[in-house]
Amino acid sequence: MSGKETGFHQACWNEPVVYALTSPGERGILIPSTEDGIKNRMGDVISRIPDAMRRKSAANLPEMGQSRVLQHYLRLAQETLGRDLNIDVGQGTCTMKYNPPINEAFVTTPKLADLHPLQDERTVQGVLEIVYRLDQFMREISGLEQFSFQPGGGSHAIYTMATMVRAYFEEKGEERDEIVTTLFSHPSDAAAPRLKGYKVIIVPADEDGFVKLSSLEEVVSQRTAALFITNPEDTGIFNPHIKEFTDLVHAAGGLCGYDQANANGILGITRAKEAGFDMSFFNLHKTFASPHGCGGPGSGAIGVTKELASFLPVPLIDRNEGSGRYFLNYDLVHSIGKVKDYYGVIPAVVRAYAWIMSLGAEGLRQVARVAVLNNNYLLHKMLKIKGVDAPFAPGKHRLEQVRYSWEELTRDTGVVTTDIQRRVADYGGHYWMSHEPWVVPQPVTLEPTESYSKTELDKYASIMERISKEAYDDPEMVKGSPYNSTIGKMADHSYLDDPKKWAITWRAYKRKYRGYFEPRSGD
Amino acid sequence: MNKDQIVHPYIPNTVPQVQEEMLAAIGAKSIDELYELIPDDLLFKGKLEIPDGYQDEYSLRRHMNELLAKNVPTSERLSFLGGGCSPHYVPAICDVINSRSEFLTAYAGEPYEDHGRFQALFEYASMLGELIDMDVVSVPTYDGSQAAASALRMACRITKRSTVIIPRSLNPDRASIIRNYCYPQIDVVMVDYDKRSGLVDMEDLKSKMSERVAGVYLDNPSFLGVIETSAQEIVDLAHEQGALCVVGVDPISLGVLAPPSQYGADLVCGELQSLGIHMYYGGGRGGFIASADEQRIVSEFPTRLFGIVPTVDHAWGFGDVAWERTSFASREDSKEYVGTMAALWGITAGVYLALLGPQGMEDVGCTIMERSAYAATELGKIEGLSSPALAAPFFQEFVVNLDGSGKTARQMNDALLEMGIYGGIDLSRDFPELGESLLLSVTEVHTKEDIDRLVGSVRQVVEGR
Repeated sequence: MSGKETGFHQACWNEPVVYALTSPGERGILIPSTEDGIKNRMGDVISRIPDAMRRKSAANLPEMGQSRVLQHYLRLAQETLGRDLNIDVGQGTCTMKYNPPINEAFVTTPKLADLHPLQDERTVQGVLEIVYRLDQFMREISGLEQFSFQPGGGSHAIYTMATMVRAYFEEKGEERDEIVTTLFSHPSDAAAPRLKGYKVIIVPADEDGFVKLSSLEEVVSQRTAALFITNPEDTGIFNPHIKEFTDLVHAAGGLCGYDQANANGILGITRAKEAGFDMSFFNLHKTFASPHGCGGPGSGAIGVTKELASFLPVPLIDRNEGSGRYFLNYDLVHSIGKVKDYYGVIPAVVRAYAWIMSLGAEGLRQVARVAVLNNNYLLHKMLKIKGVDAPFAPGKHRLEQVRYSWEELTRDTGVVTTDIQRRVADYGGHYWMSHEPWVVPQPVTLEPTESYSKTELDKYASIMERISKEAYDDPEMVKGSPYNSTIGKMADHSYLDDPKKWAITWRAYKRKYRGYFEPRSGD
Repeated sequence: MNKDQIVHPYIPNTVPQVQEEMLAAIGAKSIDELYELIPDDLLFKGKLEIPDGYQDEYSLRRHMNELLAKNVPTSERLSFLGGGCSPHYVPAICDVINSRSEFLTAYAGEPYEDHGRFQALFEYASMLGELIDMDVVSVPTYDGSQAAASALRMACRITKRSTVIIPRSLNPDRASIIRNYCYPQIDVVMVDYDKRSGLVDMEDLKSKMSERVAGVYLDNPSFLGVIETSAQEIVDLAHEQGALCVVGVDPISLGVLAPPSQYGADLVCGELQSLGIHMYYGGGRGGFIASADEQRIVSEFPTRLFGIVPTVDHAWGFGDVAWERTSFASREDSKEYVGTMAALWGITAGVYLALLGPQGMEDVGCTIMERSAYAATELGKIEGLSSPALAAPFFQEFVVNLDGSGKTARQMNDALLEMGIYGGIDLSRDFPELGESLLLSVTEVHTKEDIDRLVGSVRQVVEGR
């Protein structure tokens, strides 16, 4: 097998790094020049900048005509596999659902794009109303009492939770220095509390993938400030003892923060409030259909109980019941202050609001139910494929995603999950393994969401099946992939891990290399 | 028709017979069965108080347009609001590129199928690196304030010290973000500024410098608009004590202003909004952190860093540099944490820099300098106004003091609003020592006619006509 006969080839323009496209003197765009009326009156304004503060030589930026700039970036766009172009079930935990283009119209309009954050409140009633209403919706979906949209992503929301936990116990005068999380929670559930000075305790799962109540009992104490837990966890398994967990932590005087970055399987099905949580957050760029933008901007909508509301970042968006006017409320007695500029990623808020309004309460439930149906259907298809298994929760259904293992295939063929990942690119798909550490051997995490049809799920499963067959028939071919992607297999990791070899900008590359990666050392 | 049976355009498998086929394949009787792990008492049995959805796209558009119509954006008025978020001209191609499905809807793909995303972000870092004259630039952080906060954390790890100094003239929100991010391990000390010039108070800084200080932070230009002309002295003072100097910049100023590395800054950070990103009510933000290519510094970056790699077919490959630093790899043992931040704005800023080129960046800096100087000078001719109120040279933003006019900043803004002008940021609450003052921002989008209209309107308010 050459590996090329997949029926797909990604765009491959051999597009050079932008600096190779420079042509001295060309211009991409002209800037409005200052009127003579100003120049004549003001004279040489630039010369008034003290010498030490003036730029001495022009920045080494490319010089390109406008058409070539557009062409360059369109080619790079074509060499990027956006969700819209593929059956994007391969980026598990990321909820790569459909991002309706209509919602872009509500963001790109000057009615939103050209708003300054410090305009008089009277001139921004529309956007304030949208934020206010989304807050009300989020309260319903979670059962919590107040939301802030200031955090710029899920990890930022976890950081905000940890900041509030610290402020809460300082206010109470209690010294608690530990935050407990689980191994299948998002890495930031461990990293962000550590940043806030907490000792982080990680509870492992048992052999069936469940975190046992007894394991939690062993680590929860008077030192526990909070439990931060993802549920359903990265494995797609819902922790059935979650309420007992929160009861246990509350009995010890701690708070409970629910990582619902990915709530796609449980909208309208089960809520943070009933599970006993004091805080929770949703990622608007996952569950609520705001596009991921190559890695942000996203939004981590953080909600809390009444008791914690006064600790939220300021401002909140409130409504004056008398006048009906919306306003920025800075009056929070215990507020942690700010975690991000202004009010958060407003475009994501607007898209999430529009998305909910396109579905309604019943539509949200349908989203969750179909996401879970799709996932269990794909699980059923996957388990028929040679070499793959779905460890944990034996005999049970999963919610929105599954962490599979290719351990058997690796044992049989020597092909590892990262080989499969590259090979999937040859079929025009994505494939993501697992957060680290890899508790599940040779992992892959698939999350179909509600957005794909049965036919599309069949297609993705057939790609997996075909690659499995390739691995058994011709493992070396799979290991040498990709063949139909924009670029061939990359060299070893030393170019990324060795300080002498890495180059994070083109100027660093030119300093370290000439031609095509010929080291300059010794020059 | 039962609502459960509505086939939603976003959810193809709401078709009843397809659901039946899928359930049959799984061997389940109903979708409810799939939720078996959720205990009954945790199942939500009520109805969410959320309106029925708009079934058709047209009705949704009507609803959204009605809400959005209540906004009166800066483009429908004349606005001089800034404070680190200003209207700049956004070239059409910036929007074309960041609206492309491929970039807009991609996420965390690999260097093969998402090659273009890696290359675009590597190029963004490369061009920004030239503008700020540094070899290492991060993938975007949440915003410029987050970048400043992370850079100060980095300074603490690099120097193994735990005190940082920030100026009193900082944007108060940025100061709050830094304090939050540094707490509880790091002491954040404020250095005063000189009320006449707006510059950092060097005597106060000297008194606060010690060998416990990890980093001194300054924005250049500052929140109050002034160019920190004693930046070299501040850097030297920090270095004498073994501390680092962290400088926040507005990159649109760097066609005319010196990049901070040239006066010795160790870490440079800033906000990307001015490089081709709309304001979006403060939601269009992205930050960057930059440094020299030294391992001891690079290994302290919390963010992703993309590097260039050879491939078997002699193409340009890209991947994550020093992955083990990140929380993706090392969880609680990582450098801070990383997650979804603002990559799309990095790509957009790259498009902006490629379009403007060296001449465009110089031109835009000059236009902003000239127009803002003109506005400040003309306002200063009005009886009772002091403009520019601070003596140091400024870029784009400047303070206008109203104390001699009998008007408060609020009264002025309210009166201007009546005339269709969004005035300046009212500084009286956060900077009471500056009296009744406004911070105004004039960029390349403000014509002479716009400025003359502002000046005429302010004069009218002051003279009570």
